[in-house]
Amino acid sequence: MSVAPAVPGSEAREARDALHAVHPEPDMVQLLTPEGARVAHPDYPLDISDDEIRSLYRDLVLVRRIDSEAIALQRQGELGLWASLLGQEGAQVGAGRALRPHDMAFPTYREHGVAWCRDVDPLTLLGLYRGTNLGGWNPADNNFNLYTIVIGAQTLHAAGYAMGVVRDGAVGTGDPNRDTAVLAFFGDGASSQGDVNESFVWAGADNLPIVYFCQNNQWAISAPVATQTRQPLYRRASGFGFPGVRIDGNDVLASLAVTRKALADARSGQGPTLIEAFTYRMNPHTTSDDSTRYRLGAELETWKLKDPIARVRAYLTRHAQVGPEFFESIDRESEALAEHIRSGCRALPDPAALSVFDHVHTELTDELREQREGFATYLASFEEVGA
Amino acid sequence: MSPITMAKALNDGLRKTLEEDPKVIVMGEDVGKLGGVFRVTDGLQKDFGESRVFDTPLAESGIIGTAVGLAMRGYRPVCEIQFDGFVYPGFDQIVSQVAKMHNRSNGNLRMPITIRIPFGGGIGAVEHHSESPEAYFAHTAGLKVVSCSNPSDAYWMIQQAVRADDPVIFFEPKRRYWTKGELDLTPYPLHKARIVRPGRDVTIVAYGPMVVTALESAAAAADEGRELEVIDLRSISPLDTATVVESVRRTGRLVVVHEAAVSHGVGAEIAARVQEKAFYSLEAPVLRVCGFDTPYPPSRLEEDWLPSVDRILDAVDRTLEY
Repeated sequence: MSVAPAVPGSEAREARDALHAVHPEPDMVQLLTPEGARVAHPDYPLDISDDEIRSLYRDLVLVRRIDSEAIALQRQGELGLWASLLGQEGAQVGAGRALRPHDMAFPTYREHGVAWCRDVDPLTLLGLYRGTNLGGWNPADNNFNLYTIVIGAQTLHAAGYAMGVVRDGAVGTGDPNRDTAVLAFFGDGASSQGDVNESFVWAGADNLPIVYFCQNNQWAISAPVATQTRQPLYRRASGFGFPGVRIDGNDVLASLAVTRKALADARSGQGPTLIEAFTYRMNPHTTSDDSTRYRLGAELETWKLKDPIARVRAYLTRHAQVGPEFFESIDRESEALAEHIRSGCRALPDPAALSVFDHVHTELTDELREQREGFATYLASFEEVGA
Repeated sequence: MSPITMAKALNDGLRKTLEEDPKVIVMGEDVGKLGGVFRVTDGLQKDFGESRVFDTPLAESGIIGTAVGLAMRGYRPVCEIQFDGFVYPGFDQIVSQVAKMHNRSNGNLRMPITIRIPFGGGIGAVEHHSESPEAYFAHTAGLKVVSCSNPSDAYWMIQQAVRADDPVIFFEPKRRYWTKGELDLTPYPLHKARIVRPGRDVTIVAYGPMVVTALESAAAAADEGRELEVIDLRSISPLDTATVVESVRRTGRLVVVHEAAVSHGVGAEIAARVQEKAFYSLEAPVLRVCGFDTPYPPSRLEEDWLPSVDRILDAVDRTLEY
């Protein structure tokens, strides 16, 4: 009689899969159900008008349009790569709209929705993905840091920035124009990085004015979240000595309310919070990825039912008496934004070859000047031949 | 002025920068109350407060990563890495973030961060406490890498590094911390090499801990009637090629000395530049007297392993006999 050989580690894998299947609902803060009904939460009351919810709806739709246009531009060869935020609009718009202008945000490379809320022109984001620059914007212009691609590295920058806020006396003064918080984004994969955990250590030990916003979108490229953790990520915070909370990451109202509260706590000197936004990456990791190799379509279907935009539209239609004119006006705005992105992307200038020597240091060193001159001479030799 | 140790000179230099610029902060493991394991930051926390001179959690990536954020908020961090062999957990933050932030922000951000690293061997330490990792950093665009060899340079160079708007990796030769010397009254340019002993027969290029050894070699060679010209490189990146090449044009012979492993190191870069710019002046191949391509040895072997006066003189003999 032959017995099928046991696959090494299969028990551990099964245990992991079971963890992965843990139903997330009991721990989650949710203020708007997938069906579009508002629900109250004792710890996170949200005083918000229907006009403000209309405004959030506009953000969500336009952010999704930025994303779909960028994907189209990548398919047309206008961008080298794009990291889609599809499915995560609610988490990002809620967090982004919770910020005050003088707060500082530290994004990964997928926070296009937060960028939108910080008034960063979507075209500014495209240079990195088109290859015309390496980011290039000034983080101080909109208090929105450069995209960071090395996973988790920005969480330490955020902690350091928060240390500067403390040293500037811009926390706990009670002056709303002075007190400042820092919002650090990362994902479920990054939660395994040393830098993220070191950032938690700094923030906890120093009681820094920082909010960690983890978008648990269930997948780190092909690795399910169970590869990173055996317990829900928000619980990590307790080991570092600050509160952690899990929210329905597809609920823009929950994201807004919980982030607002956490940022207020940070500004007032009550220290850090970890928010785990339980959401889903509807698209592959990037336009270069093929998610059919590692996940089932059925999973996608269940998350489609939790769409962050559909529930806001359902609320506005059923409970706020918002008519078709509003939705049509957003659609027209979306078309105009799409055209802005399409034409603007194609018009982004290729940088000059010699610009590689710019901004390596604050001044051109003799060594770089020599390399620059040599390269210029070489390039000029072709021009002479052509002339 | 009476002579002071290199450790004290660094302390005095740091004190100057803390006095003149309220944005300068000193951070690292044990730099506060203890004053650093080598006492380089001794008394600074007492005089400038725990907000400006402070102990960090024990995590090197965190030290560098938070310094990046502090720099973004307008501060001028001076980070101490306790020993050379402990810089590697912070390597990613140094090469991917500190070094590139100015460039990837299109010049909008500046990273005026000084990273002090006691480096090199010769103190009988246990493993990971005697390494010379300077080439890793010199190979990274966006970083400046310097090393002092004497108290006066230590005093002036640390101030210049802290005032610089670019990140500087500042290598301190730990075995020379307790060597005393007089301070010069004025500074010398940070990124310029210096001829510390003129000579006409062979050029010896060294930096950090090996400058003293090179000078001892020159003294010994002089007894035999050979004049070695010793250049203290001071700046590893950018590298003052002109001073080295000008010297080799006169002597025709070059020996480069460093503790770091010989292959793919600073000596290889200097040899490449010299053959490129002074090919017809060379009377002999460029020789390197360096650490071997092995892990740093147990301390009972380090005196054999490290470049010494005798090994330098042996190389001098070989280049002169060529």
